[in-house]
Amino acid sequence: MPLHVERVSHRYGPVAALDSIDLDIADGETVALIGPSGCGKSTLLGILGGLLRPSAGRVTLSGALPADSLNPFTYVFQDFALLPWRTVEANVALALEHRVNAAERRERVAAALALTSLADFASAYPKQLSGGMRQRVGIARALVVRPAVLLLDEPLSALDAQTRELLMEDLLRIWSREKSTRVYVTHNLEEAARLADRVVVLSRRPGRIREIVRIDAPVSDRAAIIPDMQRKLWALIRDEAATADREVQDV
Amino acid sequence: MSERQPIPFRGGGFAPAPRRVLPWLVFAVLIALWQAASNTGLLPPLFMPSPLSVVKALVALWQDGTLVGHVTASLGRIVPGWLIGTAAGLAVGLAMGIFSAARAAGIPIVSALFPIPKIALLPLLILWFGIGEPSKIATIALGVFFPTTISAYTACDSVPRNLIRMGQSFGLPARDIVAKILLPGAMPGILAGFRISASVALLLVVAAEMIGAQQGIGAFVLTAGSLMQTDQLLAGVVMLSLLGLLIGWGLGMVERAMLKWR
Repeated sequence: MPLHVERVSHRYGPVAALDSIDLDIADGETVALIGPSGCGKSTLLGILGGLLRPSAGRVTLSGALPADSLNPFTYVFQDFALLPWRTVEANVALALEHRVNAAERRERVAAALALTSLADFASAYPKQLSGGMRQRVGIARALVVRPAVLLLDEPLSALDAQTRELLMEDLLRIWSREKSTRVYVTHNLEEAARLADRVVVLSRRPGRIREIVRIDAPVSDRAAIIPDMQRKLWALIRDEAATADREVQDV
Repeated sequence: MSERQPIPFRGGGFAPAPRRVLPWLVFAVLIALWQAASNTGLLPPLFMPSPLSVVKALVALWQDGTLVGHVTASLGRIVPGWLIGTAAGLAVGLAMGIFSAARAAGIPIVSALFPIPKIALLPLLILWFGIGEPSKIATIALGVFFPTTISAYTACDSVPRNLIRMGQSFGLPARDIVAKILLPGAMPGILAGFRISASVALLLVVAAEMIGAQQGIGAFVLTAGSLMQTDQLLAGVVMLSLLGLLIGWGLGMVERAMLKWR
């Protein structure tokens, strides 16, 4: 699903968060959004999925939405956003309940749980699961509606380094069999270098596109270039990250 | 290589650990002290009867049916009063939790009326409904209504916003967001509010019965006091305590059944 961000700006009261973002995202592409904290990358993701109304500009898409998608724009959240009173299975089924019959629901949920290695945890509650398993539930819940655009908002930031490593492997494995367009917000440069086809580097407040870095190597064969790519991305954001770090927060 | 010294341990204490015997022991010792003070004549029986005579009075009053009648009369006011107050409080409180307009309209009124000790309205309610049951039930319902309203809308506020945004992002219809996210998320707060409203109901039933009733534990305690039958008076108080414990235990069962996921 080709997406077009057209001169999108956003303000929170007097604070300009995004300034005139223009970006075209191709069908089936994985785009990572990186930048120093406060660059508006999560704001842009909120606008892309229709959770936030931009102060100016618009997001459009070319062509019709795929008919088999129940929720074309689907999020994976940093804090998982699971319902603690529902089991894994019921959390994954949540978005299907009001539009899919019980038989198809069971089938879809079972498939999504199998894909995310959660089949044995179907009747567990979120509090019984590790952070990594919780985010797998978040991913299963997103896959089950067959999204056209998957919007991932720092999906691995709440996880420890080893779990993060495992989930990156899972994401690559899942994405090799599922065709969606993906926008991936992160502040982790390794995630961007490993998962994305293009990395959009945003400048700090107000967020503007500073550079777009294309990574040509296929995701399955990147081990050799990842360190260089990380260095390159770090060079692009280092100074601004340092400035952001020294900034006094307006509470 | 010098001599090896163990590192001194400094991490003890400040971690409440369960003690099985101590709580009961404290209870037993206090009652034994009280009984001893009564036996030695330190406590005059007229002003502070011994625990034994309170228990005797309690058993006698239960067996001859006196207490059963009073407890039944009190429950006959608490139950309908609490149910009416809770139903109305949940309806208003949830509306305030969900709709901005209901909240804007409701908060000033609720805040203004909440601090009024509801027993002060009993004389007015007696004028409206007569001296019989409806005025007492109405007092309890009013007393229960306000804390329930407040706990219901604050419980709605305590539902994490990100869960509601999640529901929106998955295209859930508004009624599903209310039924599947907001209400279950607010349930712990609502049930915690039930504990407060139940104790309010118990307090108000006693107060209302002391003002104008022949039957009911409040009336019984008041009569026993004016007849200087302090053993019966304390038997009534113990009955109230048991009633409160029973209600708390029942609510605990409901909480455990409804909030298994915690």
